[in-house]
Amino acid sequence: MTSGLWELVLEGIWVTVQLLVCSALVATAVSFVVGVARTNRLWIVRFLAGVYTEVFRGTSALIMIFWVYFVLPLAFGWQLVPLWAGTLALGLTYGAYGAEIVRGALNSVDPAQREGGIALSFTPWQRMRLILLPQAVPEMIPPFSNLLIELLKGTALVSVMGMGDLTFSANLVRLALQESTEIYTYILLIYFAIAFLLTRLMRGLENKLKAGLGKQVGSTPDKELRRPETTGVGAGGALG
Amino acid sequence: MTWDWGAVADFMPRFWDGLLLTLQILALGSLISFALGLVWALLMRAPSRFVRWPVGAVTEFIRNTPLLVQLFFFFYVLPEWGLTFSALTTGIFAIGLHYSTYTMQVYRAGIEAVPAGQWEAAIALNLPVRRTWTAVILPQAIRRVVPALGNYVIAMLKDTPILMTITVLEMLGEARLFAQQDFQFTEPLTVIGVAFILIAYPASLLVRAMERRLVR
Repeated sequence: MTSGLWELVLEGIWVTVQLLVCSALVATAVSFVVGVARTNRLWIVRFLAGVYTEVFRGTSALIMIFWVYFVLPLAFGWQLVPLWAGTLALGLTYGAYGAEIVRGALNSVDPAQREGGIALSFTPWQRMRLILLPQAVPEMIPPFSNLLIELLKGTALVSVMGMGDLTFSANLVRLALQESTEIYTYILLIYFAIAFLLTRLMRGLENKLKAGLGKQVGSTPDKELRRPETTGVGAGGALG
Repeated sequence: MTWDWGAVADFMPRFWDGLLLTLQILALGSLISFALGLVWALLMRAPSRFVRWPVGAVTEFIRNTPLLVQLFFFFYVLPEWGLTFSALTTGIFAIGLHYSTYTMQVYRAGIEAVPAGQWEAAIALNLPVRRTWTAVILPQAIRRVVPALGNYVIAMLKDTPILMTITVLEMLGEARLFAQQDFQFTEPLTVIGVAFILIAYPASLLVRAMERRLVR
């Protein structure tokens, strides 16, 4: 491979990383808003948040991407910049999976904690911010870590729409060289390296947060079998 | 926003073709992933680390890289090595292999969840290794993992549209072909989007019901 082609791959890595960071931020925001809404007192809020998660978990991420690229401009007259279209489609889809993680973690906090908050006459917002979330967030990190890897894998889908990410650059190199073994092996290795880095980062974060609560690190086989979040992008697997 | 029911009607015959192919891919892909996943899970319990280490590394690698790139790898690289398969065969194999690295972890968890007393009882009864697995451990483990495997079948359903990129005409492939010929994107894409929800949501309810029954 020539240096010009490597430049193409480097640009691809940069686009993939940008897309990953932007859509991870959107997905995190969506997860917390929708996940907290699913524990709301009012049934209508819970219902709407439930509809959102079921709809976005029900369709495929690739179909969402097609929809945002082709239907949104026609139907509403919004033509988004490719990066934002990809961010929107991925952020909304993976946010729905994240919402299930947030909801599960909030529900797994000992009910006595919530009751204690009520007894001390905390407002609902104070209970969420000062009691529930600090205990629930460390529980969310391992499933969020898996979801982040799934999101990284999901970013490859935008290449189908012609966005110049890592996978797209591989296709260009294949067309230029008429040879595919080498480039696809490199691309797979690069994705694996990014995923490996992300896993390490998230594990460090988990250890840090759990140390603050004085809790054990690690998961049991029982947890693996009862994970509602696995419905979908295969967000299973405690990596390693 | 304009919605043309005529376009929906024109698309429906192709939709059924696409749905049929999607379900075929799903059925075969699931079978491959269930079988291969069990093989990986059993190899990971092999006594020698020279078996465990390579299997662990390869499956970890497959799990952490995008299915789309793996699909391109099999579709473009295998012919260079002199192995030519149809796009459909390649796609089914790639999706089955990808998901086998997930089902492997489910099996592993299921095997680990079998109480230690069962292993000890098998040893006490002097059962040979093969019989310990087939008559004692696996029946209990598989019962526990059925709902989790069901979850991965649903996940696989949502990954089948990726096969469109290697020219397989499943639902999204049919929709795109129709859209390009008739310049009507809204209707076919919305129809298949709704179809996915209509299949995936009841399926996930079914899995949850199984979970309540089988995993205590």
